[in-house]
Amino acid sequence: MRITCPLCGERDRREFYYYGADDYLRRPGEGAAPEAWDSYLHLRDNPAGITRDLWHHEMGCSAWLVVERSTITHEIRSVKLVSDVQEGGK
Amino acid sequence: MAELLATSPLEGLVPLSAGPFTLSDAGVARITSVAPFAGKEKAVSAALKKAHGLAFPAPNTVISKGEARIVWTGRGQAFLIGADPAPLAGIAALTDQSDGWAVLRLDGPEAERVLARKVAVDLRPAVFGEGAVVRTALGHMMSVILRAGAGFEIFVFRSMAHTAVHEIGEAMRAVAARG
Amino acid sequence: MRIDGKGLIDRKTALNFRFDGRSYTGFQGDTLASALLANGVRMVGRSFKYHRPRGVMTAGSEEPSALVEVIERGQQTPNVRATVQELHEGLEARSQNRWPSLRYDLLAMNDLFAPFFGAGFYYKTFMWPRAFWERLYEPAIRRAAGLGSLSGKHDEGIYEKAFAFCDLLVIGSGPAGLMAALEAARAGADVILAEEDSRMGGRLLADTVEIDGRPGRDWAEGVLAELDAMPNVRLMTRTAVTGAYDHGTFGALERVGLHLAQPGERPRECFWRIAAKQAVLAAGALERPIAFADNDRPGVMMAGAVRAYLNRWGVASGKSVAIFTNNGDARKTADELTAAGIEVAAVIDSRPDAPALGDYRLYRGAQVTGTHGRRGLEWISVRDQNGERRVEADCLAVSGGWNPTLHLTCHMNSRPVWRPEIAAFVPVDGAVPGLHACGAAAGVFSTAGCLEDGLRAAGAALEAIGQKAPKIAAPKAEDGAYDISPLWVVPGERRAWLDFANDVTAKDVRLSAQENFRSVEHMKRYTTQGMAPDQGKNSNVGALAVLADATGRGIPETGTTTFRPPYVPVSIAAMGAGGRAAGFAPQRFTTSHEASVERGAPMIEAGLWYRPSYFPRMGETDWRRACNREVHNVRGRVGVCDVSTLGKIDIQGKDAARFLDFVYTNTFSTLQPGRVRYGLMLREDGHVMDDGTTACLAENHYLMTTTTAAAGLVMRHLEFVHQALRPSWDVRFISVTEQWAQFAVAGPRSRDLLNSVLDQKLDPAAWPFMACGAVSVSGVAGRLFRISFSGEHAYEIAVPARYGAALFRDLVARAETMGGGAYGMEALNVLRVEKGLLTHAEIHGRTTAFDVGLEKMMSKKKDFIGKAAAARPGLLGAGREQLVGLRPLDAEREIGAGAHLFRKSDPAKREFDQGYVTSACYSATLRSWLGLAFVVNGRARHGETIRLVDHMRKTEVLCEITDPVFFDPEGEKVRG
Repeated sequence: MRITCPLCGERDRREFYYYGADDYLRRPGEGAAPEAWDSYLHLRDNPAGITRDLWHHEMGCSAWLVVERSTITHEIRSVKLVSDVQEGGK
Repeated sequence: MAELLATSPLEGLVPLSAGPFTLSDAGVARITSVAPFAGKEKAVSAALKKAHGLAFPAPNTVISKGEARIVWTGRGQAFLIGADPAPLAGIAALTDQSDGWAVLRLDGPEAERVLARKVAVDLRPAVFGEGAVVRTALGHMMSVILRAGAGFEIFVFRSMAHTAVHEIGEAMRAVAARG
Repeated sequence: MRIDGKGLIDRKTALNFRFDGRSYTGFQGDTLASALLANGVRMVGRSFKYHRPRGVMTAGSEEPSALVEVIERGQQTPNVRATVQELHEGLEARSQNRWPSLRYDLLAMNDLFAPFFGAGFYYKTFMWPRAFWERLYEPAIRRAAGLGSLSGKHDEGIYEKAFAFCDLLVIGSGPAGLMAALEAARAGADVILAEEDSRMGGRLLADTVEIDGRPGRDWAEGVLAELDAMPNVRLMTRTAVTGAYDHGTFGALERVGLHLAQPGERPRECFWRIAAKQAVLAAGALERPIAFADNDRPGVMMAGAVRAYLNRWGVASGKSVAIFTNNGDARKTADELTAAGIEVAAVIDSRPDAPALGDYRLYRGAQVTGTHGRRGLEWISVRDQNGERRVEADCLAVSGGWNPTLHLTCHMNSRPVWRPEIAAFVPVDGAVPGLHACGAAAGVFSTAGCLEDGLRAAGAALEAIGQKAPKIAAPKAEDGAYDISPLWVVPGERRAWLDFANDVTAKDVRLSAQENFRSVEHMKRYTTQGMAPDQGKNSNVGALAVLADATGRGIPETGTTTFRPPYVPVSIAAMGAGGRAAGFAPQRFTTSHEASVERGAPMIEAGLWYRPSYFPRMGETDWRRACNREVHNVRGRVGVCDVSTLGKIDIQGKDAARFLDFVYTNTFSTLQPGRVRYGLMLREDGHVMDDGTTACLAENHYLMTTTTAAAGLVMRHLEFVHQALRPSWDVRFISVTEQWAQFAVAGPRSRDLLNSVLDQKLDPAAWPFMACGAVSVSGVAGRLFRISFSGEHAYEIAVPARYGAALFRDLVARAETMGGGAYGMEALNVLRVEKGLLTHAEIHGRTTAFDVGLEKMMSKKKDFIGKAAAARPGLLGAGREQLVGLRPLDAEREIGAGAHLFRKSDPAKREFDQGYVTSACYSATLRSWLGLAFVVNGRARHGETIRLVDHMRKTEVLCEITDPVFFDPEGEKVRG
């Protein structure tokens, strides 16, 4: 498996740490309902198809990445810097 | 009290040679990590230009001017080598890293063949020429590797110098044995 | 028997080798198989299950029968295919799966009992009585099981792993592969041409083929010379591509030193990971056998292999060769043998309309119904419309057609499709993204077709990477049609072999269907068909055809099992190259490492770090005495300990304080420069992640410390919190763990010791507990922190790492003159247990701030990571296991971590569990064993007697539940 880090370029999977679905990017605000926290911490889709998950380029530039990929074909559609996604989204 | 003696992390480990390959102490003296504060990237580049004739480097690149170099080492971070970081005070987080790294120099014909045993990145001159740097894994170790003439400079954590020399040495011997 | 003037061997270089203790001679360029055949050795091993005599069947890596052990320099490698092992001077090999010798094998009696040992025998037989399993069946099966044997010693050979990169990886160097490589190379692409054989050329080396009016092998030499001269081409021989993985990653096994008598420091094997933008699969095709009675007798070989031995190695596989075929390929075999002066006994062609094309005896519409001979083939029985007859032959060349070598195309889940006109499976387009199958691997069986198809595949690959293909005309070559009429199994009563390596017969497959294991996957597991070292390369399609027939389905409906990596066996040693012993993981040494080792300290692993366990002195008979002394030193005088392994993170920026407030449960924005604060960090799920101190070095500048174990984890976490949750905050951080050597100086005389090394004496008023600041040590700029992990008046002093070795030696020498000295991990642990201080034994991932008694550190005034989840009802309250101290009622009774706790009256069973011990030690200070434990509602149970049961160590100790702080609970010493 190879991931193209937006900063470093295409690299072998061994350089990356896998975290989980990108739901982790949407942290509930202070005082959010318990259900929101339950959903944030525990509830995940398990799609047969496109998924977006978080990888850390730990052995490389230290960037956190959102990787959009297919769980069926393993095709990677896009890799974005988490900081770009989050700053752009706010 | 007596003077505190400085010890190199590579003491007693290098130089090392196998066939046409040699591994030695790159002799890097002063390393400061430079991480520009928010919105200060241009100011940092300007200050580097003024003080040392350098600029903040793009990812995967090294900028050199005389003895001074600045090496990209990660997201929003570079190592200023052999130059005074003082002109950057206040516009970038500056952290002394001079003692944190063991810096090796690998030389020999097509020395990238040696690193190909330990590094999952294409380091052949056509794609990794002068001025190129990667932040990557050397075996299981975090490293910074840059092209230096026909050879390479390899930065590893000081504490791992022993393992790095052992592993690169092993690769040197195996490649040399193939002739 | 050698044929003069034939073969690509160097007849001037004779090589001596031994097989089963006997000496033979071969030539440079031979494989073990070709040399054995040349020496007339036909029987080379016994089969896996029935121990039947077996000989060489093929000339390639698919060999199912000629599996031998190679012995070299103390290594003993089983299941080496004699067809792959190149001959070298002094090579020593022996047959396997026989005892006491190849000729007389006792387990061959299995063959006599074959009616009982059919497929499923083991599943049905060894079930009862139950008690027999461990005592009788399993030992007996184990003795008989396995193929070949290991030396039982460590493998001391050198192995290697390596990475390679290219635009185009061409797999296979026959006509298709050479054309593909040539086209891509001329286009300027970065090409790797990988060939599993020792020599490039594929079938051009084995068959007499003309290309552009020249012998095929000469044409191949010309192409290879051109490729070799190009800087953008890398030729890799002896390199079998073993697997296709995601995004253009391929695994490949290179035999580096296995063919050499004197490999020197060359690795035995190298496992390559090749990242290719595109790939061309030109791996050719494998000839398949036909199942007929006793088709496993030595002397029965594949027809293509007979030609290969003749043309490549100048070896006649027999004096009189019969040919059994279902396709037009037999003509080549007959013609080439005849031309070489070898007698063709007969051609038995199963096709009733087979054309007569040469000067040999042809039986049309005929089948081989049996083989005969004592230690190898002597004659065969042939049946046609005129009845049964006997044909004398010492070699039978069989061709059941060809299967494209499409294995790699299945490695990412794709299934091949059936092409009836060639009676074979072919790969589908796009089976592996970026991999283009061509030539025989794609079902194109003529030489001309392969040459053209190689060009097509390379063109497609070049287009995909945006490179322009040069115009190259395919050379002229034979373009005959491939005429086949499928024949899988010859009907008959006797056993007909499908899988030679695993001893699976056509009857076994039928039995599987009869017992309703009708799916191809079930049949495979029921019969073990295709599960031997050759992974069914020779037999899967045949077995599937038998299954299709037995179940009344067609072959496409029956489907095929898939092929998984590796294509050829890969030694674990190659895949794990470099990972043996010290190579398993990096070793991290502190600057005091040498000094500690010199002092005789046993070094123990703490993550990747090595830390001193204790510092033994003369007269100390065990570690505990050393540990007790070191504890006394710290409590009474002064001790020195290297704490550089703790993670240190330099944090700067105008939002640094805010950031700390967010990642710690407690508040750091109120921390003044020159002060240190203990902080607790949670995971977002409310459990404790790590703890440590953070110092405010200056405004907007902090130094965070983490535990040794969690340094990497915390760094990753901080990066995540910053990049993902607070990207706009102006904060920067970098690890300085390696930059600073840091030593704890602990004990009532710690200040005295420091004053003797610092350039300026410490002013007690300026250095209260939890103060920090810059100091000068012999002119070296250092940092000092008044913090304590022992409960004593203590400091940690940091200097740039280059001075660490010198400072440690100096501090320890001075401490010793004061009656103290260095202390190690054991003493450090005792000191912190006495004080009830936490390590990852307590914050092990399932404990909360509430559990460890630090819930007051969770600020109510701000948000922080883990705040919401930590407030969940289930993580608070009397039902939780809470941190307590434990003291055995009998102070000298040893207690150990991992033991569980029960009420005195309850049985020691899981359902009565009250908690467990996380840390335990003997406290020389308090003259008692002490423990830290988690106990249900523990904080309310101080004073209660509880029963400690250690099921592992088989001990039971009554203990008193206490406060976790055993020593100096008011903290007077640490502030003194």
